[in-house]
Amino acid sequence: MSSTPTREVARRVFAREFNDATYTFKESDDERAPVYVLLPTGQRANRVFVVGTLTETEDVGEDSEYWQGRIVDPNGDTFFTYAGQYQPDAASMLRELEAPEYVAVVGKPRTYETEEGDVNVSIRPESISRVDQATRDRWVVEAAERTLERIQAYSDEETVDEYVEMAREQYGGSLDPYKRAVEDALASLEADEAEASAD
Amino acid sequence: MTETDLRTHAADIHDQFSDQLDITVEDVEERLRTLVEEYKVPVDEARRSVTNTYLDEAGMDRDDLDGGGGNEQKEVREIDAPEEWIDITAKVVDLWDATSDAVAQVGLLGDETGTVKFTKWSKSDLPTLEEGKVYSLRNVVTDEYQGRFSVKLNRTTTIEELDEDIEVGDDAIEVEGALVDIQSGSGLIKRCPEENCTRVLQNGRCSEHGEVEGEFDLRIKGVLDDGEDVHEVIFDQEATENLTDITLEEAKEMAMDALDTSVVADEMREKTLGQYYSVTGPTLGRYVLANEVELLSEPADPEAVLIKARSI
Repeated sequence: MSSTPTREVARRVFAREFNDATYTFKESDDERAPVYVLLPTGQRANRVFVVGTLTETEDVGEDSEYWQGRIVDPNGDTFFTYAGQYQPDAASMLRELEAPEYVAVVGKPRTYETEEGDVNVSIRPESISRVDQATRDRWVVEAAERTLERIQAYSDEETVDEYVEMAREQYGGSLDPYKRAVEDALASLEADEAEASAD
Repeated sequence: MTETDLRTHAADIHDQFSDQLDITVEDVEERLRTLVEEYKVPVDEARRSVTNTYLDEAGMDRDDLDGGGGNEQKEVREIDAPEEWIDITAKVVDLWDATSDAVAQVGLLGDETGTVKFTKWSKSDLPTLEEGKVYSLRNVVTDEYQGRFSVKLNRTTTIEELDEDIEVGDDAIEVEGALVDIQSGSGLIKRCPEENCTRVLQNGRCSEHGEVEGEFDLRIKGVLDDGEDVHEVIFDQEATENLTDITLEEAKEMAMDALDTSVVADEMREKTLGQYYSVTGPTLGRYVLANEVELLSEPADPEAVLIKARSI
């Protein structure tokens, strides 16, 4: 076996599911061990790749610049991303970009607890780049496919998978909202298409 | 080692010699047992030794045995573990300059399924292989270095030239996904100009030849990710120019204007990260070497996935 640490796959997930992924865990006691969020459909995620519409950027930092970006998927659900001095490239992209614009973000899921006790999930970006609509549409179809695969595995009684088990235990809710997110996102692409061909 | 195993090996060997020699399975088993139990010889070695003894007694060559005790005939693509003794039939695709006196010949063998590096040791005293010819190579041993397999020809290897040709297949694979990372060491780089040294310089230094006047080159080490698997891809100068629309000359100018080479990689990141690509090429260790690159820009088709979603 190769001893090279394997790079974490970037998961494809719609914002509705991502924002519900509030449970985090590590696979080992090592301080530097990767932190995973648990997706409600039963997969661990240490990295995500999302493409959507950047609708707003704002410097929310107090002492130094700390940029917040809101990225909306076809369902109107929002991914929040934050970049500060330790993500200089992503921070300068957020500083420069003029919403609205299609962007692709690769990054690490992060959670934090608010004073009210809610857990918010956001993305700490490794990179942010401008993309076109074709790329956005491709991502939507891909995210739909990956999400469906997860839902199918979760719903199959015979699936033996520790993350599916973990998700049943930690969240235990219905996956219907995520299935609806898939259907609505795909339907919105079809509507776009119909509109385009009517022009 | 169980009784049954020894018995099975003994029966195998007995079968090979039952026509030539008047021996019983028990005779063979006894010889095996002596080697394995008294002399603590591994069973494979014991088997080899006993077989040789009978070959001598019968005045036979190892080749006379019909596959008995022989190796598995493997296709190049099937080579997936080190230290396996195998037989292959392959064409000499390429011969390289041996870098050490210990090596008589080194190069590339290929069959329909792909190519594999081979090394032939000087001390094994084997006939010279010629480029473009096809050989049956028996008793070669596999090796692995950084995830890449090779075969070694040794003293026990038999080489037979065959009067046939093989259409050598390429072992290219196709990978698709979003470009999610461009790693350090990408963009406008400098390589060591020493002959046969193409090492990438770090701060003007080659790890082998020290401070040298480097030669500019373009390269991208990127990561394609489809949400299930990641593939590390190396784009050489030509592939990088195709991918980014930045030529080596333009890259040099950009770096000169900025007095900094890192602007090139930055520009490349801006142009390519987050886009979907299909890349075809051979693998080298954990890398795919990009021979062909295609930007996946055609509209995505939601129809099929939507039907699937509604059927769940």
